[in-house]
Amino acid sequence: MKPRVLVVDDDSALAEMLGIVLRTDGFEPSFVADGSRAMQAFRESKPDIVLLDLMLPGMSGIDVCRGIRAESGTPIIMLTAKSDTVDVVLGLESGADDYVVKPFKPKELVARMRARLRHHENLVSEQLTIGPADSPVTIDVPAHQVSRDGRPVALTPLEFDLLVALARKPRQVFTREVLLEQVWGYRHAADTRLVNVHVQRLRSKVERDPEKPEVVLTVRGVGYKAGPP
Amino acid sequence: MNAPGERTTGTTSWLYRRILHPIKLAADAAVRAWQSSLQLRVAATTLVITGVAVVVIGVFIVDQVAGGVLQAKRNAAIGQARLGQESARTSLSETDTSVPGDVEAARTKITADLTANGQSAGLFTTAIESESSTSANEITPSVAIPDGLRRLVQQSNLAVQYAPVRDGDRTVPGLIVGEPVSARTGVLDLYYLFPLTAEEQTIALVQRTVAVSGLALVLLVVGIALLVTRQVVRPVRVVSQTAGRLAAGDLSQRIRVHGVDDIARLGRSFNDMAGSLQRQIRRLEDLSRLQRRFTSDVSHELRTPLTTIRMASELLHAHRDEFPPALARSVELLNAELDRFESLLGDLLEISRYDAGVARLEPETADLRGVVQATVEASRLLAERQGSELVVNLPDEPVPVDMDSRRVERILRNLVGNALDHGEGKPVQITVRADADAVAVTVRDHGVGLLPGEAGLVFNRFWRGDPSRSRLTGGTGLGLAISLEDARLHDGWLQAWGERGKGAQFRLTLPRVAGHTLLASPLPLVPDEDARGANAFEFEEEDA
Repeated sequence: MKPRVLVVDDDSALAEMLGIVLRTDGFEPSFVADGSRAMQAFRESKPDIVLLDLMLPGMSGIDVCRGIRAESGTPIIMLTAKSDTVDVVLGLESGADDYVVKPFKPKELVARMRARLRHHENLVSEQLTIGPADSPVTIDVPAHQVSRDGRPVALTPLEFDLLVALARKPRQVFTREVLLEQVWGYRHAADTRLVNVHVQRLRSKVERDPEKPEVVLTVRGVGYKAGPP
Repeated sequence: MNAPGERTTGTTSWLYRRILHPIKLAADAAVRAWQSSLQLRVAATTLVITGVAVVVIGVFIVDQVAGGVLQAKRNAAIGQARLGQESARTSLSETDTSVPGDVEAARTKITADLTANGQSAGLFTTAIESESSTSANEITPSVAIPDGLRRLVQQSNLAVQYAPVRDGDRTVPGLIVGEPVSARTGVLDLYYLFPLTAEEQTIALVQRTVAVSGLALVLLVVGIALLVTRQVVRPVRVVSQTAGRLAAGDLSQRIRVHGVDDIARLGRSFNDMAGSLQRQIRRLEDLSRLQRRFTSDVSHELRTPLTTIRMASELLHAHRDEFPPALARSVELLNAELDRFESLLGDLLEISRYDAGVARLEPETADLRGVVQATVEASRLLAERQGSELVVNLPDEPVPVDMDSRRVERILRNLVGNALDHGEGKPVQITVRADADAVAVTVRDHGVGLLPGEAGLVFNRFWRGDPSRSRLTGGTGLGLAISLEDARLHDGWLQAWGERGKGAQFRLTLPRVAGHTLLASPLPLVPDEDARGANAFEFEEEDA
């Protein structure tokens, strides 16, 4: 089955071209040009992944991003003409998993999309436990379920992948570059802000106090590691 | 011998520490105050000049008054003596000078007579001495007649001298007038002793009055000087403070102006100047903001159509094997030039971000060696294409630095790309060195080098060293300009050295802790002479 892609972009030429490229690469795209209709289109087409332009008429890409995140963990890749820190971080904080800066190469875009769509066909039962002993975080990898203190924690697929990557090697410190490669699928050095923002988002969901993390620990000057089980 | 010497040294240092040093400090402070305060200088100058004038005038006045008073006393005393001479002669002619009792009686009588018809000479006492009698002093033992006066009187003169006399139980300054008087048994010296108590009191009063009024005058004049200079200095200080704030960038600063005097004119002119400056600067700012916005907007607006073109071109490029040769080549050129166009656009946007002042440093502590290695890895392909070897010299210890790795890597990529581009296939050396405060990376090539004066130009936008040289890597011409801005954002240095035929070296120096000021770099900008000699030799061998 072809992965469904929702393209939210107001530039018709770019949208059409994206359509051609995506169909060539085996996706099934649908389009919406107006931000205010994006949520409706999202609910109707139930896409596997969303390509979202940040500058939209009707409703800003940031708001669309928040709207989608409120309903689902569907991967969102921002298409942005600005690589400025503020815009990128704002987009990531509002829930986007990754971003590509215009003008991007089609191969690059497709690689990013495939990285987000890749399914871990993990049928082997794998249970991971990290965090403090009095309140551990348990991860059921094949079931894509995380719980803490018996309560399920809802994570997006990206946050789940990030947590699993850290939890599988609890004593190892991961540099941001390694995480970018393992979780986002970047082969070359990329923007480490991706890691920072998503670690913050992950912490806000799994930590008791995100200011004093116990599950995802910062190793100053190096990167991150999972808290002791 | 040593002990006294040591004690002397000890005493000297104690003296220095306890006395000389504080004095020196106070003197320094005074000199500073003197140099910095116009008001103080004017007041001090006024104080000195007025003080000297008042002292001179006061001394003159006191001198004149005292002289006048004493002269009058002296004249009166002489008159008294002359007047008394007659009656004294009458009284003494009957007196036997050899009998002290008689002399004393005569003296009392004379004094009484003279006092009775006394004139303005005031109170006095008398003394009588016999020239022949050695016991004369015993007659009035309390009075010491100066020898000089006595000699004059014994030469039959009427003589006057100031000398201490007794007034009651006290010895006070006095005036003594002496005259010889013929007595029955010889010549007696009659002395009139005038105590100058009253005159002294008068003179002291005059002195006090002159001193007090002089002091008051000096204080008054100094006060006036302070007041007047204050009136001038205060507006000047206001102007200077306002000018300082203007210079610091607050262009809305103005001076409040009252009246129409010179100071007010100064204030008004100053305000006019500030207003004119503000208008000019605003206009320039608006202009430059518009220009920067325009660059940024153009770059952004170009991106969306460029993305479409890019995708179309990639699609064509992927199918170029199916095209006839001319079309296929056209697609290749289209694709390659799009790459260049894109990097140029990216650089333009980046530089416009710096121009707009919105570039922000996001420092994180990271190992500089990692960034250098990543750069070297990324440049490997280009180095192979150029036939240059990349020689990396890293410290063994990790080099943690507070830096924005993305920007530092961009700087290094630019420097390495630049070195490979101009290295003429010879090795490019990358050296990292660190000390406690700073880290330095040098990128050295052995290519054409730079002409004198070019080291400062290489960071200019779109500057090309040799226009006739082919562009191998197709750089945008903005790479080094952006690198310089990146280095500045880190409070770091980016410098170039080069000599024609000897190659070039670029040095990046960064503070290890973000925000610290760099004082020195761990690596020299100009390559070490010996190392260069050795390298040059190596190349000759290789070339041969």
